[in-house]
Amino acid sequence: MESSVLKSENFNAWFGSAQVLKDVSIEITRNQVTAVMGPSGCGKTTFIRCINRMHELTHDASVSGKILFDDTDVYKISPILLRRKIGMVFQQPNPFPTMSIYQNIIAGYTLNGISLTKIQKDDVVEQSLVKTSLWDEVKDNLHKKGTFLSGGQQQRLCIARSIAMKPEILLLDEPTSALDPISTSKIEELLYELKKQYTIIIVTHNMQQAGRISDKTAFFYIGELIEYGKTKDIFTNPKHERTQNYITGRFG
Amino acid sequence: MENNISFRNFKNYFFKAIILLLTAVSVVPLMLILYYIVRQGISAINWDFFVNLPKPVGEIGGGIFNAIIGSIIIIFLASLIAIPIGVSIGIYLSENSKSRISYFSRLSVDVLQGIPSIVLGIIIYLWFVKPFGGFSAISGSIALSLIMLPSIIKSTEETLKLIPNSLKEASLALGVPFYKTILRVIIPAGFSGILSGIILGIARISGETAPLLFTSFGNPFTSYNVLKPMSSIPLIIFNYATSPYEDWHRLAWGASFILIIFILFLNILTKLTEKKWKVQF
Repeated sequence: MESSVLKSENFNAWFGSAQVLKDVSIEITRNQVTAVMGPSGCGKTTFIRCINRMHELTHDASVSGKILFDDTDVYKISPILLRRKIGMVFQQPNPFPTMSIYQNIIAGYTLNGISLTKIQKDDVVEQSLVKTSLWDEVKDNLHKKGTFLSGGQQQRLCIARSIAMKPEILLLDEPTSALDPISTSKIEELLYELKKQYTIIIVTHNMQQAGRISDKTAFFYIGELIEYGKTKDIFTNPKHERTQNYITGRFG
Repeated sequence: MENNISFRNFKNYFFKAIILLLTAVSVVPLMLILYYIVRQGISAINWDFFVNLPKPVGEIGGGIFNAIIGSIIIIFLASLIAIPIGVSIGIYLSENSKSRISYFSRLSVDVLQGIPSIVLGIIIYLWFVKPFGGFSAISGSIALSLIMLPSIIKSTEETLKLIPNSLKEASLALGVPFYKTILRVIIPAGFSGILSGIILGIARISGETAPLLFTSFGNPFTSYNVLKPMSSIPLIIFNYATSPYEDWHRLAWGASFILIIFILFLNILTKLTEKKWKVQF
């Protein structure tokens, strides 16, 4: 049974006077991977940053319309509480450089002043690392700095750090664009496992990647949502000419 | 053609030799100063020098215990005032680098850095010493904290600006409030830079004499009361070196020696701090 977890209604976003999202209405299905793709500057990253309100860090950003998360308007609740339920992974791996691997995973708890017992901490760390299939690689080095890991391992550490907070949605902003092919395929396998528990929205430049890992695909072009549907349908039978042109590589 | 190349080579060597020579020359004055101070000062250094008070004129011996204690208290208080204010301003400037307030704040910091320390001393004299009816160690600390501020503000701002934005986003995306992101993620990542700025600030003020003449004034006895006049190492150097007594000159050389060693130590400490707490992103 498919149910929606996130819904945007006539959503617009601006940076200063430049409109970067135009009238975006989309419904994201629970426990699926939704790929957001489109050429550079089409607003795909802005769109997912609007979901957890990270775009507000840019000082002249403004929005109109609604994004509903479990029927709550995300712009009516505290961004701090929102971001604990909607995790985010960035383009560049960004583990906290002053913290060990262990501390990185529980950073969401310690930095938010949520106290855990030693057993709970160990449990969260192990579970998160097992889920990101990093446990076997780092279990003997938990107290070493996270920045000593390879790029791919660091990115999985960042995913582990996000899921340690037990979010409902995981937003990934081109998580593999800085990684080599082997690390990329590891992360793709990981997403396949993770979608059983989380809803995943992934921004990607890479069409093959969208085709491999996503259940649904949204195609953005200059701030508009051009086409949204099952990935299979979009890739084999796109309804819009622009989508077809992009997929067949005529622009991008 | 061949001649031409050998002439070019000659010019090259000549240029290299000149810059090497001039670099070597720059070390000479420092070495001479150090040598002279060590030679003059080392003879004054003994146990009594550290634990005794200065003796009255005519008596041989005595030490600068009052000045050492005074310097420690005055510098400590100045740091206590300047560090929280300076680090806060530095955080603001790095977070809001383009705001109007930042522009004027940066301008003020630059001007403050350029104000001669003796002028700051006079200002503090007019604002604190006169209204509160007398010289005090705390007014000296306030004057020194103003001298220290620009160094702390600049090093904090520059250090925090170098920290990747992605780190801040990582923390905010976990739902961590802004203030905790700054205090628990950004500051620790820039700790070595901020700390070395603070240490250099301390090195900068530990030799300041002019502002202390109008504020903490000096005291022939050991004082722990920050509301009363207090001695300090630069003051004792100034007073003793300008006196006509041979034995006081000896104490002034000894005090200079201690001061130089202290500043040298702080400079080495800065380098070590930068190494020890260097954060790899």
